[in-house]
Amino acid sequence: MTDTAATSSAPAGRAAATAPGAPAPRRRAEARSPRRPRTNLVLQALMVLMVVYTLLPLYWLTVNATKSNGELFRSNGLWLGSEISLWDNIVATVTYQDGIYLTWLFNTALYSVAGAVGATVICAWGGYALAKFEFPTKRLVRAIVFGAITIPATALAVPTFLLFAELGITNTRLAIIIPALVSPFGLYLMTVFAADSVPDSLLDAAKIDGANAWTTFWRVSFRLMAPGFATVLLFNLVHTWNNYFLPLIMLNDPSLYPLTVGLNQLNSQVTTGANLQPVYNVVLTGSLLAIVPLIASFLFLQRYWQSGLAAGSVKQ
Amino acid sequence: MGAVSTTAAAPRRPARNWTGLVFVAPFLLVFGCGVVAPLAYAAGLSLYRDQLIGGRSFVGLENYADVATDPQFLDGVGRVALFLVVQVPIMIGLALLVALVLDSGRVRGMRFMRLGIFMPYAVPSVVAALMWGFIYGDRFGLVGQINAATGLALPSPLSQTWVLPAIGNVVTWEFVGYNMLILYAALRAIPEELYEAAAIDGAGEIRKALSVKLPALRPALWVATLFSIIGSFQLFNEPNVLKTLAPGSISTHFTPNMYAYQLAFNANQVTYSAAVAVVLGLITIVVAYAAQRMTARQESR
Repeated sequence: MTDTAATSSAPAGRAAATAPGAPAPRRRAEARSPRRPRTNLVLQALMVLMVVYTLLPLYWLTVNATKSNGELFRSNGLWLGSEISLWDNIVATVTYQDGIYLTWLFNTALYSVAGAVGATVICAWGGYALAKFEFPTKRLVRAIVFGAITIPATALAVPTFLLFAELGITNTRLAIIIPALVSPFGLYLMTVFAADSVPDSLLDAAKIDGANAWTTFWRVSFRLMAPGFATVLLFNLVHTWNNYFLPLIMLNDPSLYPLTVGLNQLNSQVTTGANLQPVYNVVLTGSLLAIVPLIASFLFLQRYWQSGLAAGSVKQ
Repeated sequence: MGAVSTTAAAPRRPARNWTGLVFVAPFLLVFGCGVVAPLAYAAGLSLYRDQLIGGRSFVGLENYADVATDPQFLDGVGRVALFLVVQVPIMIGLALLVALVLDSGRVRGMRFMRLGIFMPYAVPSVVAALMWGFIYGDRFGLVGQINAATGLALPSPLSQTWVLPAIGNVVTWEFVGYNMLILYAALRAIPEELYEAAAIDGAGEIRKALSVKLPALRPALWVATLFSIIGSFQLFNEPNVLKTLAPGSISTHFTPNMYAYQLAFNANQVTYSAAVAVVLGLITIVVAYAAQRMTARQESR
């Protein structure tokens, strides 16, 4: 019974998630009027300039990741060199120092997945509770947690390091994963998503059927919240993937480094000459490979990004 | 975020019981371990001092008195304040301009442009700083190549004078698209009726932008500005990465966070680094709160 109810209303949940920030019926269509407004050349030129600005560094990185070390210094930075060494560079990157790059990549993936999946499940439970339950201390919990949205992760890095040093758990994987489990912004988004996508009538029906709160959450509510879950998961994944300050301060064993810390350390060795081989091609290709998964996630999961940003800004 | 309660509250008022608290308990647990405990520990630690003789002793607020007059800390605070005053308006202004243009529908290739301008948000700040650092540099960077090819003498962006604007450019590049999307989403959520009403009143495009779009954008503008202000005070990643390429221009106390980082590894200054971190957190909260008050006052006017 509860299963059927959840399945039948699933499309509604999905529709809500594409624009949870906007009241669906009154939302404007992409093209406001049937006739397209005339293209304005000045505005068009302005926007082209803007896109050139945002894409130029990525283009520069891609082009220069195809060059060997010698070619880097000989050729024009905005165009390909005389030969394409991208494959050689990739091989050089993943085999550098017995494959340390792959270790960093694995660490980044581990920290991101463990941190983000954990954080998002915790946010889903919490958001569901704040949106759909009345309980003592609820107002207090909400005030504290939503107040914490503005506390930036960087402000917590040094205090967390000092505490973990006292506890003797710096330089461990847990020291990166535990802080990654906290996401007040994710909790806020999940509260909004839960309020929008889980109808009270469905919860009442489940209750009449005798389902307990735990079963109801996984069988009914979680399915309806799934699109919102994907959005928050994406935000948390990218956040942990890009994390730098915390692992920099926590870790001193290079085999525990994530990509961000590893790449920067490699760059300092190469730049200061501490590394005997000037492997600029490894730094550049390593940087390019590090952003490929993120760019791909942006291209393929656009609607989740948009809905998260819409919910975060409009629902004030 | 006070208005959350209005959107999140369920119309139904179920019986009060503890079930909700059980669901929110895991969050409170990690929040306690990851936010409350570190802050409380740092605040406690900041009241002590390590001495060569006698070990750790309670000194009350002495560390804070030192922070208040520490030239290296104040130097960093002044720098991020300057950064904030210049970089945030430029970035938010650009984001607003792009959002309004995209919303007007008067340009072609909107989907591509929206995506292209948002793309840098996907790039980790470390990679962004590395990329721009190489572009700025004279080894195989663009600035050096432009100078060589044209005979110009563009100043190095990594020089002492230009390194702060150069960092501002990296941060703007990273976040202009993110802010643009927040503003754009708010614009798309403006109900059609408002435009129809404005059209009936005979409002032109500019009038529409001023009297319909800007008021509707205010909450989103506020969110974008607040997070940018906080980001400026917490500046760390970009200068820390560029420091390798420009060691002469970026000191170890270039920003307050870099200073706290530096101190945390100095065995004799652990407690002082805790005080610096606490003061920095408090400044961030006060500035963000002041900005909120200013916005609120403007809205009530």
